[in-house]
Amino acid sequence: MTKKLYPIFGLLLATAVLLAACGGGAAPAAGNGEPAAATEAPAAAPAEVVFTTPSGYGVTLEAVRARGHLICGANSQVPGFGYVDADGNFSGVDVDYCRALAAAVFGDANAVEFRPVTAAERFTALQSGEIDVLSRNTTWSTLRDTELGGNFVHTTFYDGQGLMVREDSGITTLEDLDGGTICVQTGTTTELNLADVFAAAGVSYTPAVFEDADGTFAAYAEERCDAVTTDKSGLISRRTVLADPNAHIILDVTMSKEPLGPMVRHGDDQWFDIAQWTVFALISAEEFGITSANVASMSGSANPEVLRLLGHEGELGAALGLSSDWAYNIISQVGNYEEVYNRSLGPDTPTYIPRGLNSLYTEGGLLYAPPFR
Amino acid sequence: MSEMTLKPPLAERRSLLGWLRKNLFNSWGNAILTVAAGWLTFVTLRGLLQWVFTEADWAVIVTNLRLILLGQYPIAEVWRIWVSMALLAFLIGNSLSIWGKGKTSTRFTVLLVAVLLALAFAVGESSRLWLLGMAALLAAGWWLGRGAGKAMRNVVGIGWVVWPPIFILLLRGFSAQGGVLPLVGTNLWGGLMLTFMLTIVGIVFSFPIGVLLALGRQSNLTIVRWFCVTFIEVVRGVPLITILFMAQLMLPLFLPAGLTIDRVLRAMVGITLFSAAYLAENVRGGLQAIPKGQYEAAYALGLSNPLSMGLIILPQALRLIIPILVGQFIALFKDTALVAIVGLFDLVGIARTVLAQPAFLGTHREVYAFISLLYWVFSYAMSYVSIRLEDSLGVGKR
Repeated sequence: MTKKLYPIFGLLLATAVLLAACGGGAAPAAGNGEPAAATEAPAAAPAEVVFTTPSGYGVTLEAVRARGHLICGANSQVPGFGYVDADGNFSGVDVDYCRALAAAVFGDANAVEFRPVTAAERFTALQSGEIDVLSRNTTWSTLRDTELGGNFVHTTFYDGQGLMVREDSGITTLEDLDGGTICVQTGTTTELNLADVFAAAGVSYTPAVFEDADGTFAAYAEERCDAVTTDKSGLISRRTVLADPNAHIILDVTMSKEPLGPMVRHGDDQWFDIAQWTVFALISAEEFGITSANVASMSGSANPEVLRLLGHEGELGAALGLSSDWAYNIISQVGNYEEVYNRSLGPDTPTYIPRGLNSLYTEGGLLYAPPFR
Repeated sequence: MSEMTLKPPLAERRSLLGWLRKNLFNSWGNAILTVAAGWLTFVTLRGLLQWVFTEADWAVIVTNLRLILLGQYPIAEVWRIWVSMALLAFLIGNSLSIWGKGKTSTRFTVLLVAVLLALAFAVGESSRLWLLGMAALLAAGWWLGRGAGKAMRNVVGIGWVVWPPIFILLLRGFSAQGGVLPLVGTNLWGGLMLTFMLTIVGIVFSFPIGVLLALGRQSNLTIVRWFCVTFIEVVRGVPLITILFMAQLMLPLFLPAGLTIDRVLRAMVGITLFSAAYLAENVRGGLQAIPKGQYEAAYALGLSNPLSMGLIILPQALRLIIPILVGQFIALFKDTALVAIVGLFDLVGIARTVLAQPAFLGTHREVYAFISLLYWVFSYAMSYVSIRLEDSLGVGKR
């Protein structure tokens, strides 16, 4: 009797597993399809959409205001970008961006709840509406900007492949590495970039290639090479596990494009605008020399754009659906781009990265905000 | 049996040299092994102790102690945890003197009070008073419990039942708009506290579910049996981490927009269901170990099915599998570390966060050594309690 049951039982189990597998496979497809359908809906019947889907013009701002605080998907494990300090507060440049966004929406930089998201779940969390904005050292790329159901707001940190050397080696530029050995992970774009950049600069080197990142950095730690290369933010976190992290410096050389920035859900252009102009407010404030210290005294500025930015003139805040002093709140509570950068990645911090491309366009960098008018 | 064995003559007792000769140097081979093992232990320990006392920089632990123990729980609300802990101390003291046996109970109470006092002098001003209070309450509970009657036992029993809800209520608070107990969201729960919460909820809920599944698997009702079999085999067939990933990543996509389930709750449900499936099989093993005669005797007495299960079979079966159960609960305690991978700040999650603090870069060894110690202390405590429980229930002796 029991023996007869075994094949039936096996069959049932197989069916159950198959069903579970099919269910799992079908889910992401449905998830991807949803936002796409939602983007078309607002044009037809925006009033209805407001209550049925997380997407749609103005929905996010309304939901965030009703909730009373912003929910920001952040990283908690990258020094300088997103981490938790000893008092339990989130810190880092990615985290400060969310504070700035909260200041713009609520006039209170602390009206934000940080939701630590892992690399695997970040896009799901954004799609499903668990977070309002994803600010977690995410590289802007085509597929992420389209298929994953989100829009990159703007680049807040131009990361790129960098070089780390021992401070006592005296190496400060690419040319100093002539004839040296560089540890690099094989089979990655990192290895190709390295070859291209050094060939273009006419500098010769010996690559020491390794199968994985751990091996690469272990070899560097054992002084088997003069320098090691990967993305700069990666270099910083890798530096933390070296025996004496402070004995290593990251050169002011960038060899690839890794634009990192915040991301919002598809389908709400108003929220996208708010998120984007928050970045522009941070950059413009630095350009105009407005800091958290002097923002109060800027009401007498002769520059009309400064007055418009800070809401002393014009109706720029209303155009975004925010109060007129939205940018004033950002700068007074969080600071301008330079202040944010220096707080976490500046020369006084253990996680110092030279600004390089992350300087204003007037100083040879890439930071360029459209005019406030 | 062991008590019946005759003790060795006085001359062979209590002599260090005699003991050494008998146990470590009783033959040339053993002498060589002893020396080799001693040397190996010395070399290993020397390196370890040297690192612990001279090279390691424990500032990272001292500075982040609150973070490691409680996560981001707001400082202003920490008193709630202290109050719960004080209640717990009283309950433990009381239970020790009521249910503990003479000397063991006294020894255990003294040990706990000593640990609390030692901690009180190791930590800062703010926590000292609370710890002293906890030590006092523990002692008071113990004192009050001596010679307690049945009424007192019932009160303490009820205390154990109502303590967990009180703890969670205090921890979470009620009102979102401030007031007496402002809401502290689960996103701020973390550290050792979150690890404990996940473990305790996992144990408390997976136990009854597991027992029901085990009974269901033996049921005569086909649908019930097949449901239980399917559940057990499907859940046992996937790793815990996939269940957690499903709960954290897939579930939000199935839920209607705007509806979100608390992330900690999702992890708790995942861990509970996973643990229940394993527990069910352990309990089934216990049920099968009960001789058929016991079932028949229960029927012969005219007991109904539930009564014979509840009064005759289950008590014996569960007593048999205490070591297995405790082993599973210890495994569950350590398995909760997996929630760090899905972004919760349990002990491991918070450790990885601490490691990202610019001020403490490169302190991996200190942080991981410390949390390993915490895991060990609590795992060992669970193991010790289970041995005491087995002793008092006479498992393996009768």
